[in-house]
Amino acid sequence: MIFTIKDLLSIIPELIIAGSACVLLLVDLLISKERKACMAVLSILSVIAAGVASYWLLGADFMGAKSFAGMFELDGFSTFFKFVFYTATVLSILLSFHYVKEEDINLGEYYVLMLFSLSGMMVLASGADLLSIYVGLELMSLPIYVLAGFLQNDVRSNEGAMKYVILGAFSSGILLYGISMVYGLTGTTELSGVAAALSDSSVHVPALSIAIVMMVAGFAFKVAGVPFHMWAPDAYEGAPTPITGFMSAGPKAAAFAVMLRVFMEGLQPAYEQWMVMVGVVAVASMAYGNFVAISQKNIKRMLAYSSIGHAGYALLGVMAGTEEGIASVMFYMAVYVFMNLGAFGIIIMMRKGGQRGELIEEYTGLARSHRGVALLMLIFLFSLAGIPPTAGFMGKFYIFMALIHRGMVGLAIFAVLMSAVAAYFYIRIVMLMYMREPAGEFEFARSKGIYYALFITTVGTVLLGICPGYLVKLAEMASVIM
Amino acid sequence: MLLSYLPVLMMIGFVTFLGVAVLFVSSLLRPQNPYGSKLSPWECGMEPVGDADIGHFRVHFFIIAILFIIFDVETLFLFPWAVILADKSISTLAFIEMFIFIGILAVGLIYAWGKGALDWL
Repeated sequence: MIFTIKDLLSIIPELIIAGSACVLLLVDLLISKERKACMAVLSILSVIAAGVASYWLLGADFMGAKSFAGMFELDGFSTFFKFVFYTATVLSILLSFHYVKEEDINLGEYYVLMLFSLSGMMVLASGADLLSIYVGLELMSLPIYVLAGFLQNDVRSNEGAMKYVILGAFSSGILLYGISMVYGLTGTTELSGVAAALSDSSVHVPALSIAIVMMVAGFAFKVAGVPFHMWAPDAYEGAPTPITGFMSAGPKAAAFAVMLRVFMEGLQPAYEQWMVMVGVVAVASMAYGNFVAISQKNIKRMLAYSSIGHAGYALLGVMAGTEEGIASVMFYMAVYVFMNLGAFGIIIMMRKGGQRGELIEEYTGLARSHRGVALLMLIFLFSLAGIPPTAGFMGKFYIFMALIHRGMVGLAIFAVLMSAVAAYFYIRIVMLMYMREPAGEFEFARSKGIYYALFITTVGTVLLGICPGYLVKLAEMASVIM
Repeated sequence: MLLSYLPVLMMIGFVTFLGVAVLFVSSLLRPQNPYGSKLSPWECGMEPVGDADIGHFRVHFFIIAILFIIFDVETLFLFPWAVILADKSISTLAFIEMFIFIGILAVGLIYAWGKGALDWL
């Protein structure tokens, strides 16, 4: 069990993030409350350093190898997802600068917890063993629980965090039980070993179905798929808005990364069984998320239900079970980071009487006085609805293509119909912004961080919609995990 | 198969019987002399200030307890580590690893210290 220098080199990005989180925790003690913004800058710098390390590792000769006795896998798949996480984290930190000052939660721990969560996501994307995956899952979730309740004086924030932590503990217990049953049936927790053991059909006993049900339930909780979505609307509404964006982009992508890895690599021989369960969750998520979003009055809550719907679409890509399906989920997650964090960026900008502007009505007539902001919101909402030429359309397009190539035409048609339902509540906001007279004055949070974040997300949303080829090619190259 | 668990069932039965029997026999034999100080919850000589179920526990105790648990668990790891350190083939690695582990815990302790968790208010 002695590990080598090569093992250590392959986790350099994780070491950078976890190490700088530890150092920043101590640096935070020396920084006065007025100057916490430099904590944010240092956090962004450490994420960039990890990004450089990840890029450097792409050319290393041990790329694609497993390290730490098969616990950790450094491959194109995990690197692709790591860059998605880096982007989501940097954008969320940029969006936080101003917000934390306004809401009086300007504490250094805010950024440190984000970095710890990021390191958990990275372990999760690289986990090649059910145990390292579980450790990564907890490392990712625990800081998020704290961050969701960071608005200490807000009852909704406390309530959301409480629901999140209780249901989260419950679901990780279920997942762990599923893992233990898989271990009992196959005698190993290593994903490649699990796949090898399952290729023998004598292992396909009823207990395997129970184990798969539990693992699907555990992961479906993390991606907020129906019927394991109950925490999402409350946690999303209560959490500080940049954290809501972070939660819906980073941990969700990480959960999809691990889901693809576990189901496509480890449980591939049992495809017929998990395909049905994932399909049921996907269909239920699309239907429930999109229909319930229609009746929401709070825009954060609406985006929470919309993110349940989006999880449904991405689950369809998992369900396809082909390399094309994997690539389509990867592309979708990358796209989702840009368009969703963009929409949250606009929500963070909108303020009313010194308060957070979170009601959908408050967007009425925005385009009359503030054309630029309204146009950006229009781009993000069209992208979320999946209207060309935005990135959201391309994301959905690749998933539906993967489904059709697999012969699941009925599901693809259902997903398109649900997109039509989703278009209603996204375009309703556009209608309010462009076709109604403004009811009152608009206030904006003006901050360079938000401008930078909005610039990056807009460029990402538009560029990936017009020429998605390069990223799709990267995703296809990285999707070889079976 | 189920029959092989019979010894476990017998063990459970026997232990339950023994526990009840000991309590019953001693209740017949022991002198019974309850008085106020003997029935008070603490045996450290302090007068109880109020009822525990309506009283306000200081949150501070919680932080101290957490810190104690963390370092107690650390000691738990240190003992087996000290034993296997004699094995030459892994001693250097184990030595470095343990200091990384202690270092991470030290970061937490310094953080808690800096935040004033160790000050007795």
